[in-house]
Amino acid sequence: MFSKLSRKLNLFALTWRLPIIIWQFVFFVGPVLFMVAMSFFLVKNYRMTEAFEFVNWSKMMNRGYFWDSYWYTVFIAAVSTVCAMCIAFPAAFALAFRASDSTRRWAIFLLIIPFFTSYLVRTFSWFVILSESGVVNAMLGSIGLGPFTMLNTNFGTLVGYMTLTLPLVVILQTVTMANIDKTLVEAARNLGCSAFRTIWQVIIPLSKTGLIIAAIFCFILSFGDFVAPFYLGGSQEPTLPILILDTTKSGQQWPRAAVVAIMMMLTLFAIAFIGIALAYRKPKGAK
Amino acid sequence: MTKANPKPNMSAFSRRQLLRVGGAAVLTTPFVSRAWAATTEINMLAWYGHGEPDVVAEYEAANNVKFVPKYYAGGDNMLALIAQSPPGTYDIILSDAEFVQQLNLAGYIDPLDAADYPLDDMLHEDFTQFPGHWSDGKLYSMMLRGGHLGVSYNKNAVSEEEAQSYACFWKPELEGKVGHFDWHLPNLGMMSLYNGNGASLWDIDDAKWSAVQETTLGLRKQVGGFFDYGGTFNGLKNGEMQAMCGIGDWITGVLEKDGAPVASVIPKEGGIQFTESYSIGKGSEKVAEVTKFIKYMLSPEGQVKSAQMAAYPGFCVTKAGRAALIEADPTEAARSHQMNGDPQDPITLIKEGRIHYRDIPQQQGLEDWNDFWSEYKNA
Repeated sequence: MFSKLSRKLNLFALTWRLPIIIWQFVFFVGPVLFMVAMSFFLVKNYRMTEAFEFVNWSKMMNRGYFWDSYWYTVFIAAVSTVCAMCIAFPAAFALAFRASDSTRRWAIFLLIIPFFTSYLVRTFSWFVILSESGVVNAMLGSIGLGPFTMLNTNFGTLVGYMTLTLPLVVILQTVTMANIDKTLVEAARNLGCSAFRTIWQVIIPLSKTGLIIAAIFCFILSFGDFVAPFYLGGSQEPTLPILILDTTKSGQQWPRAAVVAIMMMLTLFAIAFIGIALAYRKPKGAK
Repeated sequence: MTKANPKPNMSAFSRRQLLRVGGAAVLTTPFVSRAWAATTEINMLAWYGHGEPDVVAEYEAANNVKFVPKYYAGGDNMLALIAQSPPGTYDIILSDAEFVQQLNLAGYIDPLDAADYPLDDMLHEDFTQFPGHWSDGKLYSMMLRGGHLGVSYNKNAVSEEEAQSYACFWKPELEGKVGHFDWHLPNLGMMSLYNGNGASLWDIDDAKWSAVQETTLGLRKQVGGFFDYGGTFNGLKNGEMQAMCGIGDWITGVLEKDGAPVASVIPKEGGIQFTESYSIGKGSEKVAEVTKFIKYMLSPEGQVKSAQMAAYPGFCVTKAGRAALIEADPTEAARSHQMNGDPQDPITLIKEGRIHYRDIPQQQGLEDWNDFWSEYKNA
């Protein structure tokens, strides 16, 4: 009777889980498998033909420009992650520990609002602000500074990445820190811990999981973003998404673009696994 | 005595009859409206702008047709779109001239009847027998318009004299201010011209190809970005880029009309011509309608529409078209040098041998040029 009930429960659970399983197969596993297969196809007369050749892999892996783009993309996404985490932390800290519940709710609502508008439109609006005749340079010019070149530089790319990731990172950090047991923070302060040490040895370890998840999200979004490096960075050093576009644009080399995409996915999987392992690793001595 | 003009008895019209009449009206309405309209849809594959209202709206209204444009960016992209579509998907195809031959070899286009078009009225004899447009004595594509690529620059940063050579891109003051239109073919073609390859700019041996690569890499420190159409436009407009390689009047012309201090010239090393031509897609069931439209675009009225196209300007290819442009829009004719006697007249430049038709590399593969372009962007 017990096993019958257990089977019923499993069926019940499976029914609820089925949509997500189907979704994963139709929109993730299926396309990924197709992309892997496509990386072995050939292009003849601008048309993909089914084949099982390693030529696309050997071609891309032996090209210096692929590795240049690869390491640059890893680097700029890592810089974006560090910047977003550092910029977001004070804001998230203030919202988690200083703001009232109502203020925090309003702040989170306001942080969600940018997602209501197109990211491309938000990126284009930076042209008006960052160009040499733009708002920032006009303000700096009034005190005798500049003009500074901000568009078509790494700085421009980072501004684009922040536009994309910062609201999300602030939200994730805020939610994580708001759930810390405040009595532990008060205990640390009562025992004579300085503010900085309390943050470093109490708040950050307690919110480690959420902070790492926020960093992973930031890295993933920056690593895969095409808009910021293309429009604000001027493709000066092409990131992997730009390389995918270049590869498909000339000669319709979708199979080679698939090779680049698979390398991106493998990198993101590795980063995510390492991050999650770190996030859930128990401190030394803990059981 | 009977009553004259008796009132109709409305109550005699039963509810059932009313429903029957109403139902019939509803069911037949779509057929009535279809028979009334009978608009023919023409599927167009073209660069952006060719199917926009400023070009086709009048023709659509006068001929009861509707263009359904599918826009592409680049010949490769166009060939891929056709290759991936069933035959007959596109009724009319606007192609860059260098890709017409490939369209024909792949069997994507049908021959045209040369007698339908004003080949005896072309502004230059080359346009009559344009390379790749004819095969086995049959015309496969009709030249519609062209444009020249050279040095595009901001007049406040580069003088007209300096712009007379591609060397101006290396001007120290332009460090970080030179932009590239992100397509290897026109950029590397210009570098080939700068290296003195002249008419054989596309047909270079390995030693000359190495030299072109070296020259191009030497420009890298000057480069402020690689842009698509919108980025090129913005870069020049907001002054971020003060000289552009790989473009011409097709972009600066639009900005110039808007009052921006930019211009394009053909330098002493020579320039490159892009040529746009119309073909009829193989398997199209609207050959008569498409032929009529191509004839219209080659007529004086159509040539004026093409020269004034809002997306990007191009020069007229027929004598009657040029005459009509000068009469209808002398300002644009003067701005684009389409005036007899103007030293920058596109036809004069061709006759002087300063213009070379855009082509694909002859001794290297397109892939080699593209690979180098990716390396260059990363350099």
